[in-house]
Amino acid sequence: MNSFIIGYFALLIGASCVSVYYKHRTAFLLLFSLTLASFIVGLIGGEAALWRITVAAGIIAAAAGIAYSFREFLTITLPRNAAKEIKTAPLTATFGLFMIMIYMVAAVFAPIIAPFGQAEIVGAAFAPADETMLLGGDQLGRDMFSRLIYGARNTVGLALVTTILAFVGGTSLGLLAATKGGFIDQALSRTVDVFMSIPSLIFSLLLLSIFGTNIVVLTLVIAFLYVPPVFRLARAVAGNIVVMDYIEAAKLRGEGSWHLILREILPNAAAPLIAEFGLRFCFVFLLISGLSFLGLGLQPPTADWGSMVRENSTLISFGEIVPLIPAAAIALLTVSGNFVVDWMLYRSSGLKK
Amino acid sequence: MNIHKEKDLLLKIRGLRLEAFADDKWFEIVHGVDIDLHRGEVLGLIGESGAGKSTIGLAAMGFARDGCRISGGSIEFDGLELTSTPRSDLRALRSSRIAYVAQSAAASFNPAHRLIDQHTEAPIHYRIRKRTESQEDAIDLYRRLRLPNPEEIGFRYPHQVSGGQLQRAMTAMAMSCRPDLIIFDEPTTALDVTTQIEVLAAIRDIVDQFNTAAIYITHDLAVVAQMADQIKVLLRGDEVETADTKTMLDTPQEDYTKSLWAVRDFRREQKPPPAADAVPVVSVKHIDASYDGEIKILKDISFDIYAGRTVAVVGESGSGKSTVARVITGLLPQMKGSVLFKGEELPPRYQNRSKDQLRQAQMIYQMADTALNPKSRIGEIIGRPAAFYGGLKGAALKKRVDELLDLIEMEPKQYYNRFPGELSGGQKQRIGIARTLAAEPTFIICDEVTSALDQLVAEGILRLLGDLQDELDLAYMFITHDLATVRSIADYVVVMQQGKIIEQGPKDDMFKPPHEPYTDLLLSSVPEMDPEWLTTLLEERGVDSPGDAANL
Repeated sequence: MNSFIIGYFALLIGASCVSVYYKHRTAFLLLFSLTLASFIVGLIGGEAALWRITVAAGIIAAAAGIAYSFREFLTITLPRNAAKEIKTAPLTATFGLFMIMIYMVAAVFAPIIAPFGQAEIVGAAFAPADETMLLGGDQLGRDMFSRLIYGARNTVGLALVTTILAFVGGTSLGLLAATKGGFIDQALSRTVDVFMSIPSLIFSLLLLSIFGTNIVVLTLVIAFLYVPPVFRLARAVAGNIVVMDYIEAAKLRGEGSWHLILREILPNAAAPLIAEFGLRFCFVFLLISGLSFLGLGLQPPTADWGSMVRENSTLISFGEIVPLIPAAAIALLTVSGNFVVDWMLYRSSGLKK
Repeated sequence: MNIHKEKDLLLKIRGLRLEAFADDKWFEIVHGVDIDLHRGEVLGLIGESGAGKSTIGLAAMGFARDGCRISGGSIEFDGLELTSTPRSDLRALRSSRIAYVAQSAAASFNPAHRLIDQHTEAPIHYRIRKRTESQEDAIDLYRRLRLPNPEEIGFRYPHQVSGGQLQRAMTAMAMSCRPDLIIFDEPTTALDVTTQIEVLAAIRDIVDQFNTAAIYITHDLAVVAQMADQIKVLLRGDEVETADTKTMLDTPQEDYTKSLWAVRDFRREQKPPPAADAVPVVSVKHIDASYDGEIKILKDISFDIYAGRTVAVVGESGSGKSTVARVITGLLPQMKGSVLFKGEELPPRYQNRSKDQLRQAQMIYQMADTALNPKSRIGEIIGRPAAFYGGLKGAALKKRVDELLDLIEMEPKQYYNRFPGELSGGQKQRIGIARTLAAEPTFIICDEVTSALDQLVAEGILRLLGDLQDELDLAYMFITHDLATVRSIADYVVVMQQGKIIEQGPKDDMFKPPHEPYTDLLLSSVPEMDPEWLTTLLEERGVDSPGDAANL
């Protein structure tokens, strides 16, 4: 029995008692079940397992702390209307916003933050982490940390451009189909149905092998793949809007389609479309990483998280976590994005208790 | 109410306070209301929308909607304090001893189940009756409520039954456990006058037969006069006054109650008929129209509308009156006949009409909520037609919008930058009017503009429309099923039934007998403030089919 274990259980039991005293039932259930679980885990895994639990709890607490402080920070600094929205946001959403901000900073200031260039060979292949190379070297001896920072710029930047292209295309076609109806609607919808019937990964592989794999083609191909689902959503959302009386009033006024789409329909369809944007962004991101993993995405020596996982995957068999770091970067951004999107969906659905 | 003894008291509400949640705060919407309700007694709750009638009605079952809570006072139902009763007990109580009839039966029935299965759900669940027994009881209730084919109607799905029948089936369902108290929340507001009578008669009979107590919520005074023993007037969550029906109708005490009573007196004199050589602004000639090319919705419709005059088109829902408006505006091209505008023929499709032709004929919609873009500011909504037709920009446009807001009696500075969601129903309807005026039209179609509004607000809108007509010499086509509106504003009346014009003529002639039988039925179906009206009417028409007298 060392002092760590005694302190560990004393803290948990003490916190449980305090939460009961102040009648926080969920907090108590959480803490006390953790205590019970710790007895079992401690018996099986010993002190090391308890340390891990402590570290995990510490990370979650730190994340919650960051989210909480960041929310207060935004509430104070933002203009009044935006501050009001942020104030009611859940902690997960502000955590997501915070992480997205970190990624944006990394992407924008990559050359300043990264100590080495993305193609620069610094040390030996698979060099262990030391003072010059914070996360060690990759299979050619390039700095993992620098490549991770550049990867934020390349992968995230590409995903953003692609998603925006897909949305501009899909939304404008979808709204046009809903507004015009009749033949235009049928023609567009059936064409889209045809493209949707082809599995997207196979289709993208096909297109990429036809047109080659430079960055422009890659962007256009992925944007093209994501136009159909966006089209369907935009058309469905607009379908409920075009039957409203204010659209009829605008039509009877003699307004053109452009005014109808941009001024009357789009503002009312924006909420679900923005939420969908967040989700699609994550999907595009995963698709690019997936393509890079297959060797069809961004070409070397451009740093890209998907290909970084593939190139260093041999290390996994040696019990190294280095190849998992870019994967974790992908996962974290995806989760953060979804936190923010969940919050926006919640707001747009008007489910307020 | 001294005929009721103290022990008969069924529902006793004292100092009821309710709060609603908005903008991260709870604020009070009902400020201490008392209700006494005895067995077999009907209490009418009336007031404008937002007065808290429905919220109080629900609270009488110990229920508060999402975003609402009961914050104070006591609700005692047959000696049981509902505010402190556990939820599970309340649920059992609600289905078996207290029942609720909602405004829209069509939206409240589950479309996936047959009526009788929904009817028998509560009795079976609470083991009050067995299924077969409960079904027999349902058929008996359908018969008492004078539904056609009582043996068979319960085995239909909700969409196979008409609106008025559905509302009666819902009343039957409320009776399925023989509750002590039924809450009727505007059960006839969505119905036509002729159907309304059937439902009112049915509800009144069933309440009498089973000595059930009821709370009847409505904003229509004439309806409440037929149904209630006692009337309670509410205004913004406060009780204004309570009295038995007769006293309340004859000698209202408070100014607010008097103003409610006075609404029905608004009447404009019929204007002299137009000069013999005047060209009508809009002339509809022998119109046939159809949505699918086969079934004719309109058959040989002809009438004229002159400048500065109001033509009211009257009929029940499904009579084709809104379709006439769609033909005139060009949304539905006619199969036969023509629409003349100041003697010139208009192209049937609105897409083929010139910008000036479109400008001249404007439309005001029934639901101001859906007629205004919720994401546009008031200034943009009103400014758009002025900019689109008149080419106004910048300061000139701003000035025009200010003028229009002044015209509809709204303060420009206060409303210019608001969104429609921040306005009340009446204000939204005014914005809708301002938008049509911005186009500087000569002819306006008003499609049930007042039917979604409370009487006081509706009267304000009608007065405004009347004043605007005098000022700008506008021609109106008023589509409505409410004969009180017709009486107050029309110069010329067109009565429609099943796509045909039954009768047309100047207002003063139309409201004087003799009429066509259908016109007569419509006119006599409008509830009057006399509490004996329904009884007398039912005696005259014969009890069996008060609304079916139409099928002569």
